[in-house]
Amino acid sequence: MATSTPTRDAYATPPREPQKQPPSERRQLWRSRLWRFDDKASPYAYIAPFFLVFGAFGLYPLLYTGWIALHRVEMTGLDSMEWVGWENFDKILHDPEFWTSVSNTFLIGVISTVPQLLVALGLAHLLNYRLRASTFWRTVILTPYATSVASAALVFALVFRADGGLLNWALGLVGFDDTNWANGHWTSKIAISVIVIWRWTGYNALIYLAAMQAVPNDLYEAASLDGASRWQQFRKVTIPSLRPTILFTIVISTIGSMQLFGEPLLLEGGALGATGGNENQYETLSIYLYNYGWNLGHLGPAAAVAWAMLALLLIIAAANWFIGRFVRKSAV
Amino acid sequence: MTMTSPTPTAPVKLAPASKSSAPQRPSRFRIGAGQQMKGGPFAYVALAVVGFGSLLPLYWTLVAASRTQDEVLASTPPFLPGGKLIENIQTAWEQANLGKAILNSVIVSSSITLATLFFCTLAGYAFAKMRFRGRGWLMTAVIATLTIPPQLSVVPLFMMMSGLGWGGQLESVIFPTLVSAFGVFFMRQYLIEALPYELIEAAKIDGANNLRIVVSVVLPVARPAMMVLGMLTFVQAWNDFFWPYLALNQQNPTLQVALGQLSASYTPDQSIVMAGALISTLPLLVVFVVFGKKIVGGIMSGAVKG
Repeated sequence: MATSTPTRDAYATPPREPQKQPPSERRQLWRSRLWRFDDKASPYAYIAPFFLVFGAFGLYPLLYTGWIALHRVEMTGLDSMEWVGWENFDKILHDPEFWTSVSNTFLIGVISTVPQLLVALGLAHLLNYRLRASTFWRTVILTPYATSVASAALVFALVFRADGGLLNWALGLVGFDDTNWANGHWTSKIAISVIVIWRWTGYNALIYLAAMQAVPNDLYEAASLDGASRWQQFRKVTIPSLRPTILFTIVISTIGSMQLFGEPLLLEGGALGATGGNENQYETLSIYLYNYGWNLGHLGPAAAVAWAMLALLLIIAAANWFIGRFVRKSAV
Repeated sequence: MTMTSPTPTAPVKLAPASKSSAPQRPSRFRIGAGQQMKGGPFAYVALAVVGFGSLLPLYWTLVAASRTQDEVLASTPPFLPGGKLIENIQTAWEQANLGKAILNSVIVSSSITLATLFFCTLAGYAFAKMRFRGRGWLMTAVIATLTIPPQLSVVPLFMMMSGLGWGGQLESVIFPTLVSAFGVFFMRQYLIEALPYELIEAAKIDGANNLRIVVSVVLPVARPAMMVLGMLTFVQAWNDFFWPYLALNQQNPTLQVALGQLSASYTPDQSIVMAGALISTLPLLVVFVVFGKKIVGGIMSGAVKG
């Protein structure tokens, strides 16, 4: 009795109120019922807003996208939908530009995520030392997070500019010729990755730092007693303890790279931004979707692109799961 | 009763005994190997390099915003701010409807922040401390929604908004973001540790109903976490680009949308674009300078650990 949680029913009769005649007893019965209803319904009432908003503006549109993908819908007449079956999927799957966007998204995803997470891991390790002004360092590396995609992309557009860009000037000092960063197939992808890396490395470093500080120190003590060097401690204690966090950041960064939009749109801006460069060299799936739906005004194919993205995400998730299982098995 | 009462109290008495080893733990935490090694000069140099790289683009924004385009794009770029800042901001203000954009950004970000705080604290409390059927898988569902990119639903969302008469209106960017899965998760993590069951039970014994408990017990306890969540949400809402860019137009933009359109004009003047970028970044930088420590702590406490 003493340890079990008192339920509301036990206190349905407030001790202060003196016991009275039968009518008030009936009232108390009512009250007790009300209490019980309050207890049963309140949690659902508290979580309902989240699910209502998500249902209305997240899940329903997500499913409805699939329906629209089977129709002809134009930006100029949003009310009229005409059934076309698989035509939209046919159209995008036979469009080489779509496959370019898929591979671009994938490549930019890899060259932005991998260095970003490695640097973040190293940074977290540094920040985990006892440092002077540690809050200052943490805040400084987080400032890019406060910068919007639009601002960051526009500043870097200026840095990567072919004529008069800051980077070409700096490279010129050490004897390199001017590079047209946005024009090249690899250089444009690198430029976009740099924007992503700049914005998100500090954020991920702080997440790793939090996880590192949660690693119990006994593990390090035991390792150093066994004669493990600092590097061995980092590899054999820190990294394995951080595995769930690392997996989490990989998932979040992968999803993030599927969404790259502002960076490619504004790297050159204008009409070039809407097609991801003159040869679609840095066109991502989000740009492709935007171009089809909002630039050209065909919402049907745009919806088909969205579902193609969903399929890709599911494939990536499955791959992640298999790799995770494989890694866990080989680690044991 | 007299016979049974000692039995349940026994574990209660045991608990402090086993806890007596707990005070040692924090101190061991401090002396231990991993966290406590002092940073050498290499650590400071490396951090300084990364810090320089983090701040340089922001400094360059200021330099470019305070000069003419010709100076910015000269063969040797300038390194100190010039005297054209006010003039460039004025031009950007006229070209991009910045006054309206700032007002819109404030309205959108504040309403999203207030709604997120309210709804996420309620849901976070329910998931942290209330017992109800389906709690486990509903929480899993909340976290799973984090993995759905907004790209997947923008097409019908756009049609819905136009159907509701919200096409190009601020409602179209406010309503889809009234709640956030991250916020629910964040408040839940905080309240699990910060809000003792005893406090809730004490309130129940005093005859408080659930709403009363939320107002008088949960909200005061949750306030520090709400501050942090509020700042994180505001930053995100202020910087949001993809959906606002699709949903809003030049006549009624948020700051980020106006900035995107400023650069998309036929031959954009880079200094003026940078002046716009500066205006859109400055408010958040001020927030970061003032509340940096809190925001850093918030991101770290919301992280997935071990």
